[in-house]
Amino acid sequence: MTELLLGTKKGLFVLEGEPGGEFELKARAFAGEPVEYAMRDPRSGRLLASVTSPFYGPKLWYADDPSGEWTQADGVALPEEGEEALERIWVLAAGEDERTLYAGGDPGVLFESADGGATWELNRALWEHRIRESWEPGGGGLCLHSIVPWPGDPDRLALAVSAAGVWLTEDRGASWRQGNAGLVPRYVPEDAEADQSSLCVHRLHRARRQPERLFMQFHGGVYRSDDAGQTWTDIGAGLPSDFGFPLVLDPADPDSAYVIPLSADQDRVTPDGRMRVYETRDAGETWVERGDGLPQRDAYLTVLRLAFDTAGEGSDLQLYFGTTTGEVFGSNDAGEGWFGAASLLPPVYSVSAAG
Amino acid sequence: MAVVRVSGPLKRLAGGRSDHQVEGATVAELLRELERAHPAVGGWILDERGLIRRHINVFVNGERGREATAVGPDDRIDILPAISGGAV
Repeated sequence: MTELLLGTKKGLFVLEGEPGGEFELKARAFAGEPVEYAMRDPRSGRLLASVTSPFYGPKLWYADDPSGEWTQADGVALPEEGEEALERIWVLAAGEDERTLYAGGDPGVLFESADGGATWELNRALWEHRIRESWEPGGGGLCLHSIVPWPGDPDRLALAVSAAGVWLTEDRGASWRQGNAGLVPRYVPEDAEADQSSLCVHRLHRARRQPERLFMQFHGGVYRSDDAGQTWTDIGAGLPSDFGFPLVLDPADPDSAYVIPLSADQDRVTPDGRMRVYETRDAGETWVERGDGLPQRDAYLTVLRLAFDTAGEGSDLQLYFGTTTGEVFGSNDAGEGWFGAASLLPPVYSVSAAG
Repeated sequence: MAVVRVSGPLKRLAGGRSDHQVEGATVAELLRELERAHPAVGGWILDERGLIRRHINVFVNGERGREATAVGPDDRIDILPAISGGAV
């Protein structure tokens, strides 16, 4: 049985099903409110959800049962009486120790919880960078959307911010440095490329079995790093477009990555009206089209950066993605074939799978 | 004391009561006082900067008010979600 947590424009949807067929709706929470992201902490089983009420602002909530009572977490706010307010919590991630959780948000902020998500503290070291330097927002705001732990080492973490690039720590967030060498922002003049404040990273993931390797979907370009984010190599050749948002990896295979290209930054739909996922198993040397079972005619779909996730690994790898038109597709054979898991939902902002 | 009237989730967070007698000379002071009396309201009406959230409307005796709007002891302050905040 696989569980899908879908953050949507109109609430959290919890689906369950056997991979291969339509999933069953088990619960809906935060009806009518935008749910940016939800996760089930694999260590505690606790559910966490980021909700951005258009009226009452961004909040984090936690619960043991999605149909039961949700409790608002404390401390998810910027310093009082400052010049900025928290706009949104984009993403949540489990740390590498027993309890730590991370939350990334807009405007380019990281929060940490040491008690399983009940209370949170702003990471001050990154915030100091944020207010000292001129970070530029991307189209979705100044979003910290990717939090990438280092397997087995809770001191090491990589973050990605749109559009302030990659940030690395080796001292558990006490200090941060940038890791952007080799990224080419084609949307600024060549002589402005040394500027690291307009690097629009769309998604970042780390290979679990080879942690110094990272893959990135950039705003025009797909990249790989083999040195823990110090330098980056463009691996987008062979894709129908190197623009897109989501990216996932097979945890069992450090040479693997999956992306969902969109036509271009001026036309953010699937190329040629065909819904296709692209897979590499040689670290980006070549890409294989994976569209069997997906709509291949007049399908102008959009998949957001957090709306693609995996469950399992290796030969048991499952893939799931949701669209802004409310469909959820899945694969239970690492992308070779696809099935419809759900449809007629609100726009899907995020997918979190556990199986 | 002025009366601050809340509804919906704000009423639940404010102890289940709609009407709250609160001391203060401005709308912002009243709302901070309401937060002190009911900490769960913190962050729901005012953001970290002390500004009324964009899609919250504050009415003082039926007229639109802002943070600095003066209030007196006989005034009624209604806190309502704005129609501009709804999403299709």
